Amino acid sequence: MKRLFADIGLITNKDLKIELRSRVLTNQVAPFALMILVLFGIALDADQQSLRNFASGLFWISVLLCALMAISRSMTIERDDEALVGLNLSGVDPIAIFLGKTCAIAIQLLVLEIFLGVGIILLYRSEVEDLWLLVATGLFACIAVSALGTIFGFLASGLGVRETLLPILLLPLLLPVLIGATRAFDDALGVAAINGWNWFAFVAGLTVLLTGVGAGANYLLAEN
Amino acid sequence: MSVVKLDGLVALLEGFPALTGVDLTVNAGEIVFVKGPNGAGKTTLLHLCAGLIQPKEGKGQILGHDLSSERTSIRKRVGLLSHSSGLYRDLTVLENITFWTQIAGVEKSEIDNRISWALERMELDNKLQNQKVRSLSAGQKRRASLAVFIVRRPDLWLMDEPHAGLDQEGRQAVDDLIEESVRAGATVIVASHDLERVLNLATRVVTLSGGAVVGVDHGGNK
Repeated sequence: MKRLFADIGLITNKDLKIELRSRVLTNQVAPFALMILVLFGIALDADQQSLRNFASGLFWISVLLCALMAISRSMTIERDDEALVGLNLSGVDPIAIFLGKTCAIAIQLLVLEIFLGVGIILLYRSEVEDLWLLVATGLFACIAVSALGTIFGFLASGLGVRETLLPILLLPLLLPVLIGATRAFDDALGVAAINGWNWFAFVAGLTVLLTGVGAGANYLLAEN
Repeated sequence: MSVVKLDGLVALLEGFPALTGVDLTVNAGEIVFVKGPNGAGKTTLLHLCAGLIQPKEGKGQILGHDLSSERTSIRKRVGLLSHSSGLYRDLTVLENITFWTQIAGVEKSEIDNRISWALERMELDNKLQNQKVRSLSAGQKRRASLAVFIVRRPDLWLMDEPHAGLDQEGRQAVDDLIEESVRAGATVIVASHDLERVLNLATRVVTLSGGAVVGVDHGGNK
């Protein structure tokens, strides 16, 4: 178990170090996310109130679109020069590879969520009524997105059609996370009179399920 | 004792048979040179021996582990040097070697010694160690990937064109490493087009054609 956690830490650390060096998150993904927020605002031609009402949905759509870039990038790191073959040969547990890469993507998405959160507060004038609900949902939903993204990233990468296939495979399966997280955010931002914590529980359950299934699936992929 | 024992092995690549019934035994301490034209199945054979490909038919054992059901155990004990460098482009040479040494589960107390040894053997000086991989020349990158390859000290060395991209000095360093590894108890299988160089090192020469072994001869190193 100690070795598993050490390997997860090594892989996460390696991925984050590479991201910090390449600055893809800061120079490409974050501006892309900001552009989505601005463009949606313009396209909807909405007043401040409507934007506040749509803020949760627009936030999570932005996160999902940016997650596709982050996942694709995470797989590219392993695909370039066949580093993934080396990882498989190193004897490291496939579950550690999966969880290490999931953690690295989740940390990047968390940074992005903070950036987007500030964005919707400044651009859409959203007001936070339940900060803990916002934080808890943001945390669990980004883990769910990262876990499913990692497993489908590996799968699509193995099929050799990654860039085009990834969104088609991933987005429909992330719909429940998107719905749950949007509803919880609606409550946290005070735009819907619902119990957001119930929706948070739904997202948390999905996160545990997807992480477990992802770890198992990655093990089977590595074995076969 | 046989390190590699393949019996009628068939392997598919993208649905097409890349190996069509390979029978091959490699004993401990041997240096086996695999030759053959492009598409003969040399790389597939190395990948199969590394436990990266599931055989379709036939039986096989690598280092005493079953090739169909114990591929994870096989992977832990073999080293594969392939055409690609296997390095992360945005990390420095030293960061790459450190990562691969740690992830291979080398004892903490031994990590620094192993890294220093590998860097020295592949003549990667301080300046090169701190350069990002993406800024290296092809030959320097090859030396860096060789350093990563040897730092794990695998029991079975699988080398695909190990001399490619190296200058005369680098080629000699690879030959010395191969001989040194065998003296230390490893077994080596080399696929290469550099016939003359490898023939002198090899104990046996296996010729592949159309995905099957069509000839086995003695090498220059008997």
